Parts: sequence; structure tokens; C-alpha cells
Amino acid sequence: MGSLKGRSLLEPGDFTAEERTMLFDLADRITEEPGRVSAAAASKILASLFFEPSTRTRLSFETAMLRLGGQVVGFSEAASSSAVKGESIADTVRTVGCYSDITVIRHPKEGSCRVAAQNSDVPVVNAGDGGHHHPTQTLTDLLTIRREKGRLDHLKIGLCGDLKFGRTVHSLVKAMSVYEGIEFFLISPEELTVPSYVIRDIERGRGCGYTETRNMGAAIGALDVLYMTRVQRERFFNEEDYIRLKDSYILDAEKMRGAGRDMIVMHPLPRVNEIAAEVDADPRAVYFKQAKNGMYVRMALILALLGLEEEPWK
Amino acid sequence: MEVNSIENGIVIDHIRAGFGMKVLQYLDVDTGRDTVALIMNAQSSKHGRKDIIKIENLIDVDMTALGLLDCGATVNIIEGGRLTRKVKLELPEKVVDVIKCKNPRCVTSTEPSIAHIFRLVDPSTEEYRCEYCDEIVRV
Repeated sequence: MGSLKGRSLLEPGDFTAEERTMLFDLADRITEEPGRVSAAAASKILASLFFEPSTRTRLSFETAMLRLGGQVVGFSEAASSSAVKGESIADTVRTVGCYSDITVIRHPKEGSCRVAAQNSDVPVVNAGDGGHHHPTQTLTDLLTIRREKGRLDHLKIGLCGDLKFGRTVHSLVKAMSVYEGIEFFLISPEELTVPSYVIRDIERGRGCGYTETRNMGAAIGALDVLYMTRVQRERFFNEEDYIRLKDSYILDAEKMRGAGRDMIVMHPLPRVNEIAAEVDADPRAVYFKQAKNGMYVRMALILALLGLEEEPWK
Repeated sequence: MEVNSIENGIVIDHIRAGFGMKVLQYLDVDTGRDTVALIMNAQSSKHGRKDIIKIENLIDVDMTALGLLDCGATVNIIEGGRLTRKVKLELPEKVVDVIKCKNPRCVTSTEPSIAHIFRLVDPSTEEYRCEYCDEIVRV
């Protein structure tokens, strides 16, 4: 497998399963020996271009770079950028690439990261382009499953909540479908079922199957992983629909009693009320570990794209 | 019905019946200057009916765009009264600035000076995918 040096990450499918494994191995090494990498990216600068607000993704990337000994420049909303003066994404990225070694971009327009990558001499990482892709969330999810379950194949994965608009779910299904023997349980209200192209991803997978259900309680006992999602207000055109559906699938301690002892509960965060706070104390709830894994996998990604992954271990 | 043969130019044959006018509109030929023949609903042994276009003195045409309009047609290049090349049109793998992305959330809707690029997903369904936002369109 070749190095990821100089590559960009725009969508989950940009890396092969082998390349992901390399990243996850690197993330594991970083977690075990963080001191080894604390100056690995010293003298490198990450440009953090957030054209729309984000708390955890932006902080996760910026913390990852700081923990590697690198520096961060950038902005956290479009109003602080030259976009308000009408500058194009292409020009912004081309200019910022003159100052930095790697660029992380979040932008509300779908495909904005591809425009950025086409106009950048340094690696570009997509930190979310509207409702389209969020590949580092997918890497985070896969790393978490690998760490908690010890494998990425032959798993029963329940996906619950907004499966229609939730991009993390679509990306996770696509990424998991390359592993053998994955059985998906798609748990959602009728109005928020997965789009047909996601079903096609499952059908093209390596011996993958799926079951669609409206009932979380009926499926939970069979699962190895329960991936909860937020029903996002901004995805609805109609406030009444949002209010009617947002509480449909709430995970609480009582439902957790029906789950297996080894099942894990994941969530991309932020949550609203789809997981009751009482579940947080349950050892099967791993969503805060998942957030921490996100930082480690981003550290591994930054090192690999900068071609620095071997240096700390020499 | 008789149409004279041409000395130099193109003959687009096997156009799906009824599509000849659309193809002619796309070619944007100068009907005040060029000699053009559009034959509609001609007999076809393969398809029953077909349209045919003959244009005198025009040779350079965008085969990519023509392939999108009617991938079953054939373009015959005539030079010096002889058939010098025959091109069977196909759906192009990639089209640039022919299809416009209609997704309002796509970056092509706001980013200036950006090409609208679509790639063929499935020839059997004639579906193309936007390079930027993955929006699917059927041609």
C-alpha cells in the first residue's frame, strides 16, 4: 500500500479498506504513545476554513493539529472570511494554500471541497460539505467499531432515527458495505427511511443484508451496534413535521434492558433528546469515547497526508 | 423522395424518429447560408422509422454532445464526395458544460467560472452523476 502523502480526503470512498486499516493502526499507536507524536507536525500549519458554524468537528481538527505540535490558522464562520466580499472558494483556497501545509474545509455547498481540492497545492480534507459527505466522521465511526468490537466484519448494525437526511448514516452504510457479512437494521419512521441509493450500496456489498423496521424495541436485542442519530430541525421544511417526529425514537434505560450485554451505542453528536441522559452511565454507551476517537483518527490522518506517519516511530 | 448527395459535409443517420429537429437545433447551423436537409420519418430496416440530417460544408461537430442527444445515431463524414469516416455515437463517459446541475445546494450554483461536469453512471438507464454533488440526472 502506498503512502497517503499529498492526497486529499473528500468522501469516504477515497481511501481503500487497506488504507483505512493503516490509518486505524496509526491512530491506535498514537493513542498508546501520544508523547511520540507531540512534536511530529512541528513547523507545519493547518488552515481551518469553516464557512459555517461547527463546534466539535472544528475543535477536533484543531486539537488534533495542536497535539501534533503544529499550528492552526483560519476562521470559524463565513462572516469572518473574504467570502462576504464575494471571493470564490477557488481563490480563497488557492491563497490559503500559500500559507499552510494542509487545509480543512467545511462549507454548506455540496461539492465545495472538490472545488477546493482542484485549486489547492496542499492536501484538502472535507469537514462536511452541506448534506453531502463528512468522511472524517465515517473514519471516526469505523475506528470506534473496530476498537469496541475488535472487528469490522460480521456485525449486526442498527441505524436509528433520521435515515433519510442523515449523511453520517449514508456514509457509514457505504463504508461498512465493503466488509463481509454486515447485517443492517434500518430503524426509522416511515417519513425518514433511507434513500434508495443507500439500499443499493447494501445490495452491492460483500454479503450484506438489511431489515427495515419502525420499531426500535423489536430490533435492539439482535444488535452488536446501535447507531443513533438526531432528527435535525434544519432538514425539515415544515415545523409541524419536525415536532411530530423528533421524539419518535428515544433510547432510554428501559429500552437498553432489551439490548445485549455487548451491544454498543454510538452517536455522531450533538444529541438533542434521542438518547436519555440516564443512558450515559451505561458502559455500553460509547458516544463520548467516539468523539475522542475522532480526534485520534484526525491526528493519524493529518500525519499521513503530510507524509509524517513514520517519523515518530524511528 | 430524393435528396442530392453532398460533396463535403456530414450525414447524421439513424436519428431516432422525431428527434431530427432537436439535433438540428443543437447544431445551430446557419440555415441562411448552409445547405441543410432534414428528412423525418424515413424508412429504416432496423428501427422502422428514422430521421436523417445532411449538412453541406459542415464537418466539425461535437460528437460528445450529439451522443448525449441521440446515442443510436451515426455520423458520416463526406469529403470529396466520398465517405471518409463513420462514427457510431455513444453515450459519453464524461460531459463538460452540456448538462447543468439543477441541485440548488450544489457548489456549481454559486461558484463562478466552474465547469458543470457529469459522468456516466449506467448506460442502460442513461443516468449521469454530477462530479460535485452526486446529483443524478437522466438524459
